[in-house]
Amino acid sequence: MNEKAVQPSEDPDTDEIMIQMIDMHKWFGEFHVLQGINLTVRKKERIVICGPSGSGKSTLIRCINRLEVHQRGKIIVNGIELTNNIRNIEKIRAEVGMVFQHFNLFPHLTILENLTLGPVWVRKTPKKEAEETAMYFLEKVHIAEQAQKYPGQLSGGQQQRVAIARSLCMAPRVMLFDEPTSALDPEMIKEVLDVMIDLAREGMTMIVVTHEMGFAKSVAHRVLFMDYGQIVEENTPQAFFENPQHERTKLFLSQILH
Amino acid sequence: MAGDATSIAAADTLKPPSTRKGVVGWVRANLFNGVFNSILTLVTLWMLYKLVPPLVRWAFIDSAWHTGGAACHKVSGACWSVVTQNFRFIIFGFFPYDMQWRPLVAMLILFALLFFSQNRKYWNRFLLYAWIAGLFAMGLLMKGGLFGLAPVDSTQWGGLPLTLLLSVFGLTAAYPLGVILALGRQSQMSGLRTLCILYIELIRGVPLISLLFMASIIFPLFLPEGVTINKILRAQVAIILFTAAYIAEVVRGGLQGMARGQYEAAESLGLNYYLTMRLIILPQALKIVIPPTVSILISAFKDTSLVAIIALFDLLKTSQSVLSNPEWMGFSPEVYVFIAVIYFLGCFSMSNYSRKLERELSTEEY
Ligand SMILES: Nc1ncnc2c1ncn2[C@@H]1O[C@H](COP(=O)(O)OP(=O)(O)OP(=O)(O)O)[C@@H](O)[C@H]1O
Ligand SMILES: [Mg+2]
Repeated sequence: MNEKAVQPSEDPDTDEIMIQMIDMHKWFGEFHVLQGINLTVRKKERIVICGPSGSGKSTLIRCINRLEVHQRGKIIVNGIELTNNIRNIEKIRAEVGMVFQHFNLFPHLTILENLTLGPVWVRKTPKKEAEETAMYFLEKVHIAEQAQKYPGQLSGGQQQRVAIARSLCMAPRVMLFDEPTSALDPEMIKEVLDVMIDLAREGMTMIVVTHEMGFAKSVAHRVLFMDYGQIVEENTPQAFFENPQHERTKLFLSQILH
Repeated sequence: MAGDATSIAAADTLKPPSTRKGVVGWVRANLFNGVFNSILTLVTLWMLYKLVPPLVRWAFIDSAWHTGGAACHKVSGACWSVVTQNFRFIIFGFFPYDMQWRPLVAMLILFALLFFSQNRKYWNRFLLYAWIAGLFAMGLLMKGGLFGLAPVDSTQWGGLPLTLLLSVFGLTAAYPLGVILALGRQSQMSGLRTLCILYIELIRGVPLISLLFMASIIFPLFLPEGVTINKILRAQVAIILFTAAYIAEVVRGGLQGMARGQYEAAESLGLNYYLTMRLIILPQALKIVIPPTVSILISAFKDTSLVAIIALFDLLKTSQSVLSNPEWMGFSPEVYVFIAVIYFLGCFSMSNYSRKLERELSTEEY
């Protein structure tokens, strides 16, 4: 993976803010899942979030496209604040790509139809054009020959690459990844990570929940460590892995790095 | 190494063991495998021997086909004459005799439309136009009053056309209504949800017969004087409302079977509620529930015969009135066998079609 490492010189040089969370809280019933999240993501920035199971990582990124509703504080995505305004929510969702742990492809549609659905129905792109774009991204994730198949006919790694391409077809400004490789067999993890590294190289703004520490080291500008609904530590990958500040971070790292 | 290579080659050419054993093999494997199955097979054979020959004798050998009622009473077998002699009345009811080609043509149009609609290859805009034109033509043929066709009052409609009218339109209208009710029942809006639940539970708590009575007797009492609503229409609406409630519950089951991830994937692409349902959720959910949906449609089709109770002359009622004619009294087995065959053809083609649809939709995906 090292030879593919993205150079640090590609650090975002702009101050343009893509996502901003200000003192954001969320409860599931009585359970306080997110306890005051402050986070600013600049354009072209790549952030890796890690932390123990149940710490609220998924919930955090799902708040960004309002798959979960936060109850206090502010979330501003691409200059639009997330409120109950359904129009704004749909606008933001179209700009924010999301890749799930379990792919969530549409099983009743072909790969190509999975990819063109969003552009055609949300962006109102002509079908022909949408198909060309879809084929372009399928080439990019090295899976163009599967375009006419159905998701059920593909391996997990292939499905996840299709899911990434599906998001890319919407020309998103940010990509959110929720443990994109943790449902995959080991031999398929690399093919998905490679696609994500390519994406990073092209300057996509990315927030990735993952425990792939190699990926974090080579791609992330910042690594966030979450525990009990809070961002406990936040640092450059190098500092994060070599010199963690908090006891909880140290414990977590010792557990996942053995 | 060489040994490895040959063994791989051998494995490559290995054929699956043959499963064909000839007739004797088949009989042994399927009819006489084990004591219990052998006994079952013998008992079945004995029953067939006892039942089939007399039945064939009754239906075909000793039967009368084209006689009058009096002659019929003398034969020991079936009197199919009761059907053949009253065929046009059973099929068309009180529709004026010399105009009965009109409902016949209307039915042919309907069958043609159904035939083309069952092939998904033809599901396009032209089929929609064909249906609109077809509905207009059928309405015109039945009702008349235009283009030199003598008007026929709907109280004279009856027999098979009426049964088809009630069931085809009852089912096609009940299905979308049921889907909408199921979506309403799942809705986030509590007012709408309560309304849908109330509707579904109320309707399901009442037998169809009482709904039909309400539609035919009680409902008109509430109408202002001088306003009358066609009796057939009222029965039709009762059937639609009744069937929709059952379809709603089946569809709800399909919706609940959908994984949360499908909604989330659709939403995160920016699809709104309507598109998410139409493009992602319903195509999958409705497919899952094809078998129970068709069960409901089949029983609704048969339940249309209950309109006989409110004196609509559907297929069942026309047959019954033939039987009340003194000349043909006592031949109910023959008439009911005939009606049963017609209903069976309808039900069988529905379930056949549903199996075909399921097969097509599932080979598409895997
Ligand atoms: N819909 C929900 N209703 C109630 N509680 C929930 C819901 N979703 C998540 N939780 C709870 O919120 C907490 C945080 O969940 P979340 O999925 O964000 O954790 P995570 O950090 O992504 O964990 P993992 O690494 O296991 O994916 C967990 O304790 C979980 O049980
Ligand atoms: Mg998670």
